[in-house]
Amino acid sequence: MSTRRIGGPRLRLAQLGLAAGFFLLWWLLTTPGIVPPFLFDNDRQAAFFFGEPLRILARVWDWFVVDRDIYRHLAVTLTETVAAFAIGTAAGLGVGMWLALSPFAAALLDPYIKAANSMPRVILAPIFAVWFGLGMGSKIALGVTLVFFIVFFNVYQGVREVSPVVLANARMLGANRRQLLRHVYLPSAMSWVFSSLHTSVGLAFVGAVVGEYLGSAAGVGYLILQAEGSFDINTVMAGILVLTAFALVLDWGVGRIERRLMKWQPRSGETEKL
Amino acid sequence: MAVPDGRPGGAMSPALELSGVAITFLSGEGRSAQRYTAVQGVDLTIAPGEFVSVVGPTGCGKSTLLNVAAGLLEPSAGGVKVSGAPLAGLNRRAGYMFQSDALMPWRTALGNVMAGLEFRAVPPAEARAQAEDWLRRVGLAGFGDRYPHQMSGGMRKRTALAQVLVLDPDLILMDEPFSALDIQTRQLMENEVLEIWAAKRKAVLFITHDLDEAIAMSDRVVVMSAGPAARPIGEFAIDLPRPRDVAEVRVTPRFIELHTAIWDVLRGEVLKGYTQGKVA
Repeated sequence: MSTRRIGGPRLRLAQLGLAAGFFLLWWLLTTPGIVPPFLFDNDRQAAFFFGEPLRILARVWDWFVVDRDIYRHLAVTLTETVAAFAIGTAAGLGVGMWLALSPFAAALLDPYIKAANSMPRVILAPIFAVWFGLGMGSKIALGVTLVFFIVFFNVYQGVREVSPVVLANARMLGANRRQLLRHVYLPSAMSWVFSSLHTSVGLAFVGAVVGEYLGSAAGVGYLILQAEGSFDINTVMAGILVLTAFALVLDWGVGRIERRLMKWQPRSGETEKL
Repeated sequence: MAVPDGRPGGAMSPALELSGVAITFLSGEGRSAQRYTAVQGVDLTIAPGEFVSVVGPTGCGKSTLLNVAAGLLEPSAGGVKVSGAPLAGLNRRAGYMFQSDALMPWRTALGNVMAGLEFRAVPPAEARAQAEDWLRRVGLAGFGDRYPHQMSGGMRKRTALAQVLVLDPDLILMDEPFSALDIQTRQLMENEVLEIWAAKRKAVLFITHDLDEAIAMSDRVVVMSAGPAARPIGEFAIDLPRPRDVAEVRVTPRFIELHTAIWDVLRGEVLKGYTQGKVA
């Protein structure tokens, strides 16, 4: 009950205030000449290690408005993210349904799936770079390996936890095997996919950026790598800022889709309408 | 003799005929497997349009019997005939109303009622019209767009009833359908079911642990013994006049007579089931 009262414009204002306060503190501590150096030898070093918020924001402004050269990189990163997410989800859905419905295949592959899942898959990035080149392919492949297992395990769980009564009911109503798959197993699995959607979109993004960071010719990860090479901490920070903003946008988009498609699911705390 | 595909072989062939049905469950595997015989030697015949209730103590295999009639469970011994033809696989002529919620939570009330028609490839417009008609008949007109979680227990039961009846089954199997409802909703729904049944005259196999409900609704009450190896131990024709109101009929002298007679048979079994439950 009391949690409902928190929210509205006052909360938004407070949240913005917190961000503003953070940037102000950052600015005070890194701008040479304002606060006497207490950690470093001279007052240029704070700016060197932590960047300067005004320059970072100027960098972002340049990227988006003045030079307009970030759109190409953002497009690359987002394309990689979306592609990795789509392919990983489709593959996870397919394999998850298949294994959940054929116990022999599931038992056979069980140890291998466990092994593949527990392997630190980021280490595959160099191999993917060799296989798919330094273009988008290798980043998508890395993202797919991250997304696949999340979706796969959720679908597998979802199909196995289909209510036996709902299943029996659908059979009594005359559903054949294909109709059971389409009208019972798939919707049930989809609810589990959606519950993992935020995680898997996030991981697709991680796959794309890490892949770019490890070797590429375009993308926001590439921009950060370049800036890091020349100790341009402001550009690195600007890149991180842009990535964070777009991760939030992606997450928000997923939330919208989820709310639209999963309206049949009760939300916790929602009262029953009579 | 019935036509092989199961069309009625005339008014004479019963809607459902169980003969010598036994069901033994195996739990565990290999040599350590445990056998549990739920029901044994069950003979039960339901005439077309007849309303038969099966009562018995908890764990006497009532639901098991229903699953056999539905074709969800194959009997270990004995035969099942539907409208005179031996049952193989699912019973396509039966509608099953489950004890617990069996609606698809991702479909609206209307979507759920339409589901069976959709599976049978009825054109969508027609399926929709029929489903809306049945929703109206169970008193849910205007609630078609609700999802199961947005409905009360009683509304979900009504939806489940419409979902079964829209397919116009010859035999309706009901497994304690109202046991989760409060007493007022329950009596309302019992009366509604009786009304619909009186109009359609389908055979009903109704499982309940509530003797009052069984007598108030049925043409015939079958009493099962306590498990394991439960079997019918008594059969009572209910000659109360119809149409009945389930609340009013309970106070008539004839009802009380029947109740006393059936309870005499049932009591011993309930006690047996109760003590077994305590030991187990």
